[in-house]
Amino acid sequence: MAVEKTFQEINEKIKSGKAVVVTAEELVSMVKEKGVKRVTSEVDVVTTGTFGPMCSSGAFLNFGHSKPKIKMYRVWLNGVPAYTGIAAVDAYIGATEVREGDPLNSNYPGEFRYGGGHVIQDLVARKKVLLKAIGYGTDCYPCKEIETEITLDDINEAILFNPRNAYQNYNCAVNLSSRTLYTYMGMLKPNLGNAHYSTSGLLSPLLKDPMFRTIGIGTRIFLGGGIGYVVWNGTQHSPSFIEGKDGKNLGPAGGTLAVLGDLKQMSPRWLVGTSFIGYGATLTVGLGIPIPLLNEEVCRYAAAGDDELFAPIVDYSEAYPNRLPDILGYVSYAELKSGKITVKGKEVPTAPLSSYPRAREIARILKDWIQKGEFMLGEPVQLLPNAGAGIKTNVLNG
Amino acid sequence: MPPQKVVLRFGADIADQPVIYKLVKDYDLVINILKANVNPQKEGTMVLDITGEKIAEGIEYLRRVGVRVQSLTEEIIQNEDKCVSCGACTAICPTGALYLERPSMEVYFDSDRCVVCHLCVKTCPVRAMEVHF
Repeated sequence: MAVEKTFQEINEKIKSGKAVVVTAEELVSMVKEKGVKRVTSEVDVVTTGTFGPMCSSGAFLNFGHSKPKIKMYRVWLNGVPAYTGIAAVDAYIGATEVREGDPLNSNYPGEFRYGGGHVIQDLVARKKVLLKAIGYGTDCYPCKEIETEITLDDINEAILFNPRNAYQNYNCAVNLSSRTLYTYMGMLKPNLGNAHYSTSGLLSPLLKDPMFRTIGIGTRIFLGGGIGYVVWNGTQHSPSFIEGKDGKNLGPAGGTLAVLGDLKQMSPRWLVGTSFIGYGATLTVGLGIPIPLLNEEVCRYAAAGDDELFAPIVDYSEAYPNRLPDILGYVSYAELKSGKITVKGKEVPTAPLSSYPRAREIARILKDWIQKGEFMLGEPVQLLPNAGAGIKTNVLNG
Repeated sequence: MPPQKVVLRFGADIADQPVIYKLVKDYDLVINILKANVNPQKEGTMVLDITGEKIAEGIEYLRRVGVRVQSLTEEIIQNEDKCVSCGACTAICPTGALYLERPSMEVYFDSDRCVVCHLCVKTCPVRAMEVHF
């Protein structure tokens, strides 16, 4: 009979310290050796991890009220504007916001040395952050200006809320033009000088549950070194499967997650302010998701190896900026990780932007937490739309 | 003159010229090549230790033929506390001084192969590559 397990059953095993937990890396080799059926009955949870630059990240902060009170109209943290059009002393610091007066790309390529992502890293590093705010003065909030130092421990709440993280899959970026490009995929050398990719491949959370059979609203995750939750699908969520020329399934793409967690639990090792020359600032986020092996289908998907998962090769000189559908081919993560691929007949060196060693560390930490009974699985109250939902992203006509 | 360490950078157009031969023959300099990355029709870099009376004249000759000459007083350091081993530098570094060890995928820095071109300093997303004087 086919194995069917429930979240409750697995959580009982975690509580009693009997759950069998492996990382996605370990699962791939286990399934090759023992087969899906046996591994599904032997293993309860598979842990995944990813550690890469993730735009669409930020944190809600509540600073507490000053005496006399201020209704903040504009607010800056270490000179980086935060959005305070929420309430009197609430603000959202976005990862890609840069310092007021930053030269941006006026001296191309700009450096973007400090932005919202760096503010978030400084906060979790427990460094003092300069808060400056102005108000316009009201009868109930008379104070018009405040400048003070805060730390993460001083303020009421700090909630990391990233509307789009954990991209299921991502482009392999190349440059067909004759000039150097500075992109969010790093520096791309002219004439196919290099190829950059940005997922952890077989360890990457959404590549391992491509049909969203287990991940949904309420899934408990590793986020920034603390515990977080999946709260919705991410923005631009458009899960699908890549179909190769011969109709072969080249793995999933397009899914994203909105995630949330208590920033006060997190650490600067797992939330790192990041700058891309000529592009901007962002935040590198550590994120890991446990996948319960509920049945053989879930196990089979989670056991996909780097040779079964593919990334589209996209030219960032023409196709990407102009939203053209042209794809130069598909390349497996096994090839990408080998250090070189062939594009248009030319051998091109590859490099990742997401840290595989850190992704592996996240999967191991999560495994450890679950084995110790410190981390229970969160059963989704609702699963997320999957490839069957037929979601298409919209075009902004301007 | 005291011995001097210099970095030479030359474009693809002059990579085929015998500049070292000229330094030895015309300027009577003792050249010790510490590092070299020269390929026909490609940009090249070289790190030299030069001894002799006519160092200034020799360097002047190099500049005249289009070689960019930089004194090697700087050193690039990988700040291991900051480096997250993402790998973004590894296909940019022109000499392979920054590379991924497989299968661990950890980033390593071999300073002996570094020619202080600063590309990693500019492009490292977490600013882990630093210039020391």
